[in-house]
Amino acid sequence: MLKRTALFSAHQKLGAKLIDFGGWEMPVQYTSITDEHLAVRNAAGIFDISHMGEVTVSGAGAESFLNFILTNDIRKLASGEGQYTLMCNERGGVIDDLYAYKLSAEVYLLIINASRTAADVPWLKSQWEKFPQRNEVNLTDASHNYSALAVQGPLVKNFINEAISGASISAMRVQCVTDLKKNQIGGFHFEHGCILVSRTGYTGEDGFEIVGEDAAIQHAWNKILEIGKPFGIKPCGLGARDTLRTEVCYPLYGHELDEETTPMEAGLGFFVALEKGEFNGRSMLAEQKANGVKKKCVAFKMTDKSAPPRPHYPIFGNDEKIGEVTSGTQSPSLNLGIGMGFVPPESAKPDTKIEIEIRGKRFAAAVVKKPIYQKS
Amino acid sequence: MSNIPSDLKFAKSHEWVRVSGDTAAIGITDHAQSELTDVVFVELPEVGRKVKAGEACAVVESVKTASDIYSPVSGEIVALNQPVADNPALVNTEPYAGGWFFKIKLSHPAELNALLSPEDYKKQIGG
Repeated sequence: MLKRTALFSAHQKLGAKLIDFGGWEMPVQYTSITDEHLAVRNAAGIFDISHMGEVTVSGAGAESFLNFILTNDIRKLASGEGQYTLMCNERGGVIDDLYAYKLSAEVYLLIINASRTAADVPWLKSQWEKFPQRNEVNLTDASHNYSALAVQGPLVKNFINEAISGASISAMRVQCVTDLKKNQIGGFHFEHGCILVSRTGYTGEDGFEIVGEDAAIQHAWNKILEIGKPFGIKPCGLGARDTLRTEVCYPLYGHELDEETTPMEAGLGFFVALEKGEFNGRSMLAEQKANGVKKKCVAFKMTDKSAPPRPHYPIFGNDEKIGEVTSGTQSPSLNLGIGMGFVPPESAKPDTKIEIEIRGKRFAAAVVKKPIYQKS
Repeated sequence: MSNIPSDLKFAKSHEWVRVSGDTAAIGITDHAQSELTDVVFVELPEVGRKVKAGEACAVVESVKTASDIYSPVSGEIVALNQPVADNPALVNTEPYAGGWFFKIKLSHPAELNALLSPEDYKKQIGG
């Protein structure tokens, strides 16, 4: 029995094609993945992300607890700020990648992957059990309390203040939604309750992610679609979400990240604050920073005309299999095959020639710098 | 409502057949292309290849997935539609015209009788 978000009937009304994603019945597309992708790049798109998980961590010990279990330095955050971060096991393997927001002095909100909520919550609880000051830390899985949506695209800033009006009332204090800077989060009054709005996203475009109770998010979905209509907003499914994030080389758990892969191997060392002190996985990550990694996540473009590269397709270098594709697609923005995959460090330099094996035949590709797609 | 031309025969796997003398042109139906959407790549078989009815011999890729195309009839591939290889979107815009894949010289024309009529195909796709 698949789970459904509070926006499920909205997806049905819009004629969405529905698929199973991590146990949730979610829209993969409404009209066409290409159209939805290009709407986000050129105008605006709205995504249901209610399947994602939310965990609140509060109390006097919350900051040190989170700084121990996450790789980035949470002390950098002022109230109303968020950061991308990773949660590692003792071997430095990634349990999840996530956003951590400081809502106020002792209150934090973690937004975690839908496919990892069932793994993350027991892990968080077990870490809390071991934490010496656990009586100063309140940890709550609030996933079933919240829905969420993302609205992304260059034109969003032209209409979002009309959809969500007024100054913020909590976290980052701003006069209007568009005064939020990248990675900032504010609480706003809204119909059916308060909503949290952050200037974040998974597409490489400007945009916002909005978390709130079911009724508020249902209202926000309809209101944003209505107000954004003259700007060309489209509802967008998981298909476009995947092509958009692949173009800008954002990792997807289960593809570029898993419990046997470290942030260093995935190219995410920027989000690992080795200097902050002890945290889960630190010794392995420090060792990899000092001595290098055995596998590296690279981005590539097809240079031969070919079918699109896809996850698990073999990567060849000098006639030998050297790795596998982790994410791959036909890029709607660039009109060619693109992807990411792991190769040995000696094959990871941009311009390195590689081949991707597609249905038994090899096609030429080249390693490129990340991101593959960049706005000009 | 899916378009189902009355002069064609159909396979259960959503390929259509247009017979012309002892050869047949093969493509995929309007229903199939609307399920796929966004065709980005078409891989055609080689001219001269002999195929059996039901054999996978071409591939259609959308943004999201790769799908095998099965020859509805047995015979030899005698012609390919290069424009659809160059412009895969033709599969979506002209599934019965510019979006054809290849032509086969029929080795067992009696196989045509086992294919679906337009009415039977319409029933199959729930029309």
